[in-house]
Amino acid sequence: MSAQSHGGYYLPAPSYWPVLGSSALLGLTIGGALFIHHVAGGGWILLLGFALLVWMLFGWFGQVIGESEKGLFNKQVDVGFRWSMSWFIFSEVMFFSAFFGALYYVRMLSVPDLAAGDNALLWPGYTGGWPTGGPGAKSAFESMSAWGIPAWNTLILLTSGVTVTWAHWGLKKGNRGQLIAGLFATVALGLTFLSLQAYEYHHAYTELGLTLGSGVYGSTFFMLTGFHGFHVTLGTIMLIVITGRSLAGHFKPESHFAFEAVSWYWHFVDVVWLGLFIFVYWL
Amino acid sequence: MEAHAMEHGHGAPKGITRWLTTTNHKDIGTMYLWFAGAMFLFAGLMAMGIRAELFQPGMQIMSPEFFNQLTTLHGLIMVFGAIMPAMAGFANWQIPLMIGAPDMAFPRMNNWSFWILPAAAILLVLSMFVPGGAVATGWTLYPPLYIQGGISYDLTIFAVHILGASSIMASLNIITTILNMRAPGMTMMKMPLFVWTWLITAFLLIAVMPVLAGAVTMLLTDRNFGTHFFDAAGGGDPVLFQHVFWFFGHPEVYILILPAFGLVSTVIPTFARKPLFGYSSMVYATASIAILSFLVWAHHMFTVGMPTAGQLYFMYATMLIAVPTGVKVFNWVATMWKGSLTFETPMLFAIGFVSMFTIGGFTGLVLAMAPIDIQMQDTYYVVAHFHYVLVSGALFAIYAGVYYWLPKWTGHMYNETLGKWHFWLSMISFNVLFFPQHFLGMAGMPRRIPDYALQFTEFNQISSIGGFMFGASQILMLIVIVQAIRGGKKAEAKVWEGAQGLEWTVASPPPYHTFETAPEVK
Repeated sequence: MSAQSHGGYYLPAPSYWPVLGSSALLGLTIGGALFIHHVAGGGWILLLGFALLVWMLFGWFGQVIGESEKGLFNKQVDVGFRWSMSWFIFSEVMFFSAFFGALYYVRMLSVPDLAAGDNALLWPGYTGGWPTGGPGAKSAFESMSAWGIPAWNTLILLTSGVTVTWAHWGLKKGNRGQLIAGLFATVALGLTFLSLQAYEYHHAYTELGLTLGSGVYGSTFFMLTGFHGFHVTLGTIMLIVITGRSLAGHFKPESHFAFEAVSWYWHFVDVVWLGLFIFVYWL
Repeated sequence: MEAHAMEHGHGAPKGITRWLTTTNHKDIGTMYLWFAGAMFLFAGLMAMGIRAELFQPGMQIMSPEFFNQLTTLHGLIMVFGAIMPAMAGFANWQIPLMIGAPDMAFPRMNNWSFWILPAAAILLVLSMFVPGGAVATGWTLYPPLYIQGGISYDLTIFAVHILGASSIMASLNIITTILNMRAPGMTMMKMPLFVWTWLITAFLLIAVMPVLAGAVTMLLTDRNFGTHFFDAAGGGDPVLFQHVFWFFGHPEVYILILPAFGLVSTVIPTFARKPLFGYSSMVYATASIAILSFLVWAHHMFTVGMPTAGQLYFMYATMLIAVPTGVKVFNWVATMWKGSLTFETPMLFAIGFVSMFTIGGFTGLVLAMAPIDIQMQDTYYVVAHFHYVLVSGALFAIYAGVYYWLPKWTGHMYNETLGKWHFWLSMISFNVLFFPQHFLGMAGMPRRIPDYALQFTEFNQISSIGGFMFGASQILMLIVIVQAIRGGKKAEAKVWEGAQGLEWTVASPPPYHTFETAPEVK
């Protein structure tokens, strides 16, 4: 935790990207609310907000990558990126913990309480248990088994953690071939995971009768796996970006923070998945 | 590299472009503070509406629905639009100056953190004008009521989402700046206490804003996409929301007050002309409060039904917070003890803070006791309690900080006479406004109700008169600030005789860029 500031800390010039980002968020939120309520034009505002966001992300990250390649970031800037990325991942952990907390709460407290004797008048005959659609469930569903696609997906994500580390070793040894091969393998594994996840959702909706509306089981199942899948999607996009950068000759064996940030993020989605596999699919 | 920094160092864009695109911590701090001031006046007007309606029993000037919308927006905007941005404004202006850093760690992200706030404000203001009006659930957004509202409820959810994004980015920036950008020699235990309190606050924000995002996301999907998190028929439970919300909500109240502790710990030593008493115990007390804040959330929920063991645990854990808080109050008093005290406006507000916040702390202890809380839940006693800690607590500390650094920021001394008038009018009218609400609460008057039984009339009238006085007094603040910006006696670099710290080594107002080469801290 050394604090060294002898000048040369890169201070960026004024930038339009932040206000563009705020406009994008305004479009996404207003458009989203209108779209949900079927107000005409809502979808277009939503789309405009999304387009602005994509433009902002491309432009802003593009500019930062350019600055990095020009060597404007000294060691102190690099350390700052590391602190910030670590705390950002911590904030993501806390986001998931809200939904894990909801899962534990419904399994340990609300469902058993609803099935307890003092609710017999309100919900006669409800026995609780897990999975459950709740005492007012209108249609039956089957839960998702852990030992099919989810087990394969666990293997896929764990393997992708190995391949991204192998790519990192390649980068540090100056072996660009190993770096690029490792990244391609990781991206391929990420896409495979996402495809299997999409197939699983299709299977749930069409054959198991398991939907977002299937009581708390469906709610927690789809929210947890859905947000995880969304994070894997982001991670895969990030991996594709650093693969492209590696092909373009970016990153040096001694300085490649962007690569490390993406791999930290990738390990984070991996760890979240292990939690999902145990608590959502298995137990 | 040096050459490049120079190239960007000069010639900030002029006019509106400067403010839209700025990457300067001073500009961004200024925008945060003006935004907070504007939102404070806006949400303050809502409070005036609430007090006007409550001046007499019966329905006077507004519908009950609109009354509930006012209480909700007043709370949401004061918390997320006024107090938090004001504290972020201090962080932006002062942290780089106090630790000898050239700017915040990520200047562009810093600008984005600010510019998200107006977008969120637009969403909240817009929500008042859509069919069905704004959210009327109170700032706590409880289901099942929240599930039933119209489009404004979704706008509010999205506003909370982007406010959370803003807070998280601001906190990443602040944490990184503090951990990574301190001048050589500025060890952690030499940092000004304000910097310490913001470091811990930023940690709290990063830990709990995502939890709030999760909570409102569940509201969003329960409302629109058929999930059953908060619906017993589907196996869920409305109380689940309260747990998740208060897991955010209790640390949130420390997010509002810890930087205030930092401000007061900066102001009191200056005007007592003594170093802060028990610096390291202040640091540890702040950290203890932060850790405890994660372990006490269900004391907001004593009446929802929980096992006695749970009530006991949350009661004792909550009362434990009084220990580190007491350490702080005693340290402030001990700092003043035998000091060469003078009573300029910042000091008056700081002393006002210590005395009034302590009352708010004591009523917090009263409410922490489960058997008493079951009587007091959702009464005006609770309203009185949290206004003592938020108005005479967080807001008075903000005022102390504004008067303290206004000469540094503007380069001009403010009008001390008007400042003192502002303090005394605020202090007196605040107590006229909120003290009677303790009695109202103990007598059983419920909060968030536009009408009340006849026997509550006198105290409500006293309270409303205090409210209008308090509201009017705040205009003085605006006058003092505008005067100081436009001119006045030149401020020296070291504005206050007893002031300590790096920010007093640069000119008043400081040059656009400061500490591009780090100072040496002994």
